[in-house]
Amino acid sequence: MTGRSRTTDPMEFPGVFNYWISIILMMIGFYVVIAQGNLVKKIFGLNVFQVSVFLFYISMSKVDGGVAPILDDRYQVYSNPLPHVLILTAIVVGVATMSLGLALVVRIRDAYGTIEEEEIERQEAEMP
Amino acid sequence: MISAHLPILQIVIPLIAAPVCLILRHAFAAWLLTTVVTAVTFVISVALLMQVLDQGAISYALGSWAPPWGIEYVVDQLSAFILVIVAGIGVLVMPFARQSVEQEVPKERIYLFYVMYLLCLCGLLGIAITGDAFNLFVFLEISSLSSYVLISLGHDKRALTGAFNYLIMGTIGATFYVIGVGMLYMMTGTLNMADLAERLPAILHLRVVEAALAFLLVGISLKLALFPLHFWLPNAYAFAPTTVTIFLAATATKVSVYVMIRILYTVFGGPALFEVLAIDEALIALGMLSMIAAALVAIFQDNVKRMLAYSSLSQIGYMILGIGLGNAAGLAGGIIHIFNHAMAKAALFMAIGCVVARVGVVTISDLAGLGRQMPVTMGAMMIGVLSLIGIPTTVGFVTKWYLIEGAFTAGNWLAVATILLSGLLAVIYSWRIVESAYFQDPPEGRDHVREAPIAMQAPMLILAAACIVFGIGATWTMDIVIVAAEALVGEAVPATIETSGIQP
Repeated sequence: MTGRSRTTDPMEFPGVFNYWISIILMMIGFYVVIAQGNLVKKIFGLNVFQVSVFLFYISMSKVDGGVAPILDDRYQVYSNPLPHVLILTAIVVGVATMSLGLALVVRIRDAYGTIEEEEIERQEAEMP
Repeated sequence: MISAHLPILQIVIPLIAAPVCLILRHAFAAWLLTTVVTAVTFVISVALLMQVLDQGAISYALGSWAPPWGIEYVVDQLSAFILVIVAGIGVLVMPFARQSVEQEVPKERIYLFYVMYLLCLCGLLGIAITGDAFNLFVFLEISSLSSYVLISLGHDKRALTGAFNYLIMGTIGATFYVIGVGMLYMMTGTLNMADLAERLPAILHLRVVEAALAFLLVGISLKLALFPLHFWLPNAYAFAPTTVTIFLAATATKVSVYVMIRILYTVFGGPALFEVLAIDEALIALGMLSMIAAALVAIFQDNVKRMLAYSSLSQIGYMILGIGLGNAAGLAGGIIHIFNHAMAKAALFMAIGCVVARVGVVTISDLAGLGRQMPVTMGAMMIGVLSLIGIPTTVGFVTKWYLIEGAFTAGNWLAVATILLSGLLAVIYSWRIVESAYFQDPPEGRDHVREAPIAMQAPMLILAAACIVFGIGATWTMDIVIVAAEALVGEAVPATIETSGIQP
């Protein structure tokens, strides 16, 4: 089983603390997306939310005492490289999402003259 | 042999054509290339379907890396069927797109439109063909990112906020999906769907696997706009360029429904999962809720595109209900509705597009008198509307037949009643179109409205005809779907359904 480097109960704090960190980051990001009215802040919250998942993947592949997977007689224990590769792809997706989101915010500002959600909603309510 | 490489060509051709379009920087050249590419893609998807029907499922090892180590493309009856739907809509939209896009998208951005269109097509096809859970996420994001751009090209400024909200919700959905996949990988050490399916039954009771399933389902539900996670959809559909609305309404949410079927039935084992966890009951409840609630909201919409968007939400409820029923007949009803609704909704949105081309924005009152002024367009719209309601001889009836049969088999009387009630609600909201188009006089000063150009009408008429042809000759599609549903559920559709009724 990859990832389970310790045998402690995962529910016991700090237990497997990497999972706690990624969950806490995830919730911070998610909260920002929901609670912030500023569109740029929303995008950054979304980014934190995505990055927490990257950490989740990367930390789960860590094996205690494991090294980078380089074939050599001196090393017996390797960390799993596959999640790292997956996250490389996900980082690219995250960057693309963030830049597209910010580009949209720029165009929203051109069109509405604001990036505050409430003001945009007010303007939209007046449109036919 | 080239035929051995069809699965990869299906994806790679539109993927390569997209940057070529970008280099061309010319509106007409980009359109021409896109048309050729979508036509080729469609031919390949039909060839794949033929191959699958002939020889059974195809497995294609990407770069000759044997699965489960390499990425595997799997084409079985279900995915071949979805590929044909997506590629078919993809090519049918093209003749329509040329004039419609010219009208609605600024001239200097038209070639970019086709770049994004090809990428979106590539992503949707990729989702349907891949047998790797993480690869699916990559294709999901390719299609999503390009569809955010496509939506934002609408000329109303609300298209921008629509695209933004879709981006937020879509990214949350996709990220949830990745968390789910990560948890599954943690527990099984594999990403290959067939491999996952082998290893999951033994650990299905673990909390981590349950959490993974929850993340996957919520993520996909966001993408397919399952009530109550649908808030991004109405504005995105209403303010996107019409071509985009047609394409996305007919393919994007449908492909997400396919993902849900894959995850629940192929990866988690369908009925075996439902015995351990009562996911099916939750899906049935949410399906019925969206069937009714979205149809009720649709009744009060003035913008026709928005009304049809809510109607889409209601129709997605049918598919989810079919998935939740968990027996072969119900699932077959859910799957066939992917096809049926794609035909009907694409025809309807194309009819709206024809009206937009001649009249401009479309509210219900704008349709007044068009029954006489644009008889062909409104005729196609009527066929689409009848399909939504589910009148016999249209495709909508085939869906309802199987769903009701599935609900009977499951002994779920409430579902039967909901299907009938939702049909009645569809009559109410679509009657407003009929009343306005046929029983009211055109407003002052609008006597000269003509039919839309033939290039826009032709695909609309093909789709409207398909609604009737596949409504009467339902066995053509049902034969494929029943095999697919039986393979997923692991039981046969009762013989009484196959022989009775459907063919008048």
